[in-house]
Amino acid sequence: MRLKDWARSRNGARAVGVTATVAFFVLVEALIRAGLVNQFIVPLPSQIIASIPRIIAEEHVLDRFLQTMQEVLWASVMIAVVGISIGVLFFKFRGLRLACESWVGAMAAAPIVLLYPLFLVIFGRSATTIVMIGFVAGLAPVILKTIEGLAGTRAVLLNVGRSFKVTPSQQFWKILLPAALPSVFVGLRLGLIFAMINIVGVEFLINFGGLGQLINELAERYDLPGTYGAIGFVILTSMLFFDVTARIERWLRPVE
Amino acid sequence: MLNSDASAPAANALLAVEHVSKHFPTPEGVVTAVEDFSFSVKAGEFVSIIGPSGCGKSTLFNIIGGLLGGYEGRVSVDGATVSGTHPSIGMVFQEESTFPWRTVLDNVAFPLEIAGMDKAGRQERAAHFVALVGLQGFERRLPAELSGGMRQRVAIARTLASQPRILLMDEPFAALDEQTRLLLGDKVLQIQQELKQTTLLITHNLTEAVQLSDRVLVMTYRPGRLKRIVDIDLPHPRDSEVVSSEAFGHRVAEIWHDLREEASRGIAADEARVLRGGHRP
Repeated sequence: MRLKDWARSRNGARAVGVTATVAFFVLVEALIRAGLVNQFIVPLPSQIIASIPRIIAEEHVLDRFLQTMQEVLWASVMIAVVGISIGVLFFKFRGLRLACESWVGAMAAAPIVLLYPLFLVIFGRSATTIVMIGFVAGLAPVILKTIEGLAGTRAVLLNVGRSFKVTPSQQFWKILLPAALPSVFVGLRLGLIFAMINIVGVEFLINFGGLGQLINELAERYDLPGTYGAIGFVILTSMLFFDVTARIERWLRPVE
Repeated sequence: MLNSDASAPAANALLAVEHVSKHFPTPEGVVTAVEDFSFSVKAGEFVSIIGPSGCGKSTLFNIIGGLLGGYEGRVSVDGATVSGTHPSIGMVFQEESTFPWRTVLDNVAFPLEIAGMDKAGRQERAAHFVALVGLQGFERRLPAELSGGMRQRVAIARTLASQPRILLMDEPFAALDEQTRLLLGDKVLQIQQELKQTTLLITHNLTEAVQLSDRVLVMTYRPGRLKRIVDIDLPHPRDSEVVSSEAFGHRVAEIWHDLREEASRGIAADEARVLRGGHRP
């Protein structure tokens, strides 16, 4: 296999991605050591890596990682179930869609995280508050992309169904939903991003729970390598959820 | 010219279209897409409807297939009036219509799944029709892995799997190159002769119409009326080699003689509409 072809393959692309990341860290390390970047703002990548065993042992980062994962998982499940259902309702009932779609669009752009005092009043200083903020923040893109996916189903596919006399239920489950899945999954990924940002952000703000709280505490102590190490775990959470959604999508709808 | 009784439904007609007219409201007034269109198709016959772009061919396809209502006249199968889609009429569409998320076998099994057939039974029957269109070995492939011609064969196999009495096709090879079109025509003819499948083909392609049909119905430009019925008396079994015969050339020339005037009217009407800044209905 030629190098160009290998780089385009899945394994090749992964290897290129890892190599580029390592190269970036080596570059940052070199820039800091050369004094071109202030190490009181950005710690040495080698220090960040060295801090990971410490934050695992002393700061219980794995427990916090699991707690944030759990919050993101609950929020994601709620986003998927409620968001897709609302999207389907809006698609079925045009009047409802016309009345509400622009409000949902506005919600997608709103800084939901700033409503955390309201959620604290309703749900208390608990994981429920964090999950609910993540859920509300991630809902809009799923609704909007579900509507877009369903409405974008090619008319000829619906006509094929009509020519075989599909029932409305068969039309939905066997044509509309599979046709809309790529768009629905774009919405889910966006929703997941919004949920993650808000979940970690609220953990930070209310100093409660998982990785957000840990980042807050480490930053307060000016433990920069530890802070960046904990941020690495946030990125790991995000990567895991993206990988899971990609696998579910491939399982539901094989890659075209 | 059209004989006075040529458009009347034959006594042994499987499909009869009687005095069908369809009007569409547009911003520029009511447009009559199809007017007083009558013809019939006997069991086992291959009939093509040919006409210039915009003459109402696809409207007629949708009416016969039951996708379009609100028309005047009657469409019947074996004497029974058809309203809405009908299990006796299987449709093959002009656009790419395979389900991209289903494999070739699952695409072909779709109508059987809808009909509630058990998985083993539908896979067996689907595999038979996949083989019939010459796609054995591709059962587990996705449409994205196939060429345009292969995808259209999947669509034809899917419609045939529902075992319709009438196969209704709307320019199924329009997006394909001429060589693929000729070879796919061979395949369609072979299947039609093997299954004795009654087939109605809507097309704007002269070669295709003459290569495949027992009769060709020529439509006028808007409103779409039946201008002439041309019997294609080329011998069967037929394949794409027939295009090089003298008789084939005569039939094409004969149809083109009628079609040319209509196609010119269509082009002139399009140009006038563009100059007026109007929309194509």
